[in-house]
Amino acid sequence: MKLHRLARRELLAALGFLAPSLAGFSVFYLIPFGQSVLNSFQDRLGGSFTLSNYKELLLSSSFQKAASNTFWFTAISVPILVAVSLMLALLLNQRVFIRNWLRTAYVLPLVVPVASIVLVWQILFDWNGALNAVLQHFGHSRHDWMKSEWAGFVIVLVYVWKNIGYNVILFLAGLQNIPDPYYEIADLEGAGSVRKLFGITLTYLTPTTFLVVLMSVLNSFKVFRETYLVAGAYPHDRIYMMQHYMNNMFLSLDIQKVSSAAVFMALCITALVLVLFRTERIFRSYME
Amino acid sequence: MKKEWVTPLLRSLLLMAVAVLLLMPVVLTVVSSFMTEREIAANYGMLGKTDTSVFVNLKWIPDWVSFQQYNKVLIATPKFLYLFWNSVYLVAPIIIGQASVATLAAFAFGKLVFPGREGLFFLYLMTMLMPFQVTLVPNYLMADRLGLLNHPGSIILPGVFGAFGVFLLRQFMLHIHSAYIEAAKMDGAGYLRIFLSVALPMVKPGIAALLVLLFVDYWNMVEQPLIFLQDAAMQPLSVFLSRLQKEEFGVSFAVSVVYMMPMVLLFLSAERYFIEGIQLSGVKG
Repeated sequence: MKLHRLARRELLAALGFLAPSLAGFSVFYLIPFGQSVLNSFQDRLGGSFTLSNYKELLLSSSFQKAASNTFWFTAISVPILVAVSLMLALLLNQRVFIRNWLRTAYVLPLVVPVASIVLVWQILFDWNGALNAVLQHFGHSRHDWMKSEWAGFVIVLVYVWKNIGYNVILFLAGLQNIPDPYYEIADLEGAGSVRKLFGITLTYLTPTTFLVVLMSVLNSFKVFRETYLVAGAYPHDRIYMMQHYMNNMFLSLDIQKVSSAAVFMALCITALVLVLFRTERIFRSYME
Repeated sequence: MKKEWVTPLLRSLLLMAVAVLLLMPVVLTVVSSFMTEREIAANYGMLGKTDTSVFVNLKWIPDWVSFQQYNKVLIATPKFLYLFWNSVYLVAPIIIGQASVATLAAFAFGKLVFPGREGLFFLYLMTMLMPFQVTLVPNYLMADRLGLLNHPGSIILPGVFGAFGVFLLRQFMLHIHSAYIEAAKMDGAGYLRIFLSVALPMVKPGIAALLVLLFVDYWNMVEQPLIFLQDAAMQPLSVFLSRLQKEEFGVSFAVSVVYMMPMVLLFLSAERYFIEGIQLSGVKG
């Protein structure tokens, strides 16, 4: 009986602490999103139930282009970013001079404003930009970086540049949390450095890696800002992302179509996160 | 004997080379902000034109160190400062509001037990991961219904209730050992008391990290003001800056630096907490 009362007191307290956040979160995210789900199944606002929005969406060629570009951008850039930042963190975790200075230098791109990045971006990748000047100097023909297949490559570069520091810090923390005795025992057993890397370092880094991947996916969607400021609402086909598609649909006031695209995207992201959670659980049970 | 410092030195040099590459854009912006408008035009005037065979002239040292750009931006034209204020006006309520609301909610998610906790938190987590465009229509419809369109509230309110703060601070709350909470309970402390005198002091680095990360994110916002604020006079500097690059390219480097300053200063002064904050958030999933 007493236990029951204590649990109820805790529930009431929890409700009290949650109330402000939950109220705003419901009003500005949950309820309107529920409304979006409804809208996506209607032929017009307040109309009858239909699947035609989804059918139109999936058949539209600009949607297919946007969805596949976004998929490939995330599928390529996130592993690259995670791998590069893991390598830097592994190097930084060993004996290194001026480690704190280096760490600061790596994080600094995170606080550089989007618009300043865009300036430098143009200076480097414009038709008359610095990169083309170098190419020409060595006798190659120049590329129109932002208006060709190369645009995808340029965006991956900007994404990695911006987010590398954040991930390095996360990985460093994970590395410093692996107890030294593990390595000492491995040394005693005569394990080589490759074996130690896979058997100890990468295994015990799994929870950190999970968080890093999650944050990298989140940040991969934010590269849209830079892309938008450099290339506008209709960039080269190669970098026309879901965000461009949805922005443009929204501006043409096609609420039903944006809603169905939003629901579609939310489903994809949820599926991705569930797969990540699942993988992490499997790894974790393997670790213990 | 000699070899002991050779490998660390090579490793440091490699890492330094990476650091130089990463810092290059920042250095270029700062250096260019001290050039005269004429020098900027001579170096970068050909950007965006397709018919020329002249390349940009990437210069790391100005011909003449000049404060001409700064003078124009800070003293001669009040417009820039006005837009700077617009940015502050939008961002300050968001970061203060989100940090307050999120600390309360994170305490409930991290330290209290109640039915439906995991499910509800998963909703927050998913919302945090969604790109702006997914919540764009919901936000727009709600702003329209509340009569907030073309009003700063349409950006501030969704910002205050953003899910990132709850996610980040929950990680910190999870780190507080339950023994502290139990001990406080034994002493007869209520939940509010526990929150104020046990949890709050222990998540301070987390709050510092959150403030920096939120500031960086919202100081740079582009999509929200473009869609919710039609009135150009209300737009923050982040949106204006990109337009400026087409109209007044000559001063855009100085504007960039002025715009970057609050972030860099905040970052450098809070760096210890910020890094400690990010690190703690990553230790336990």
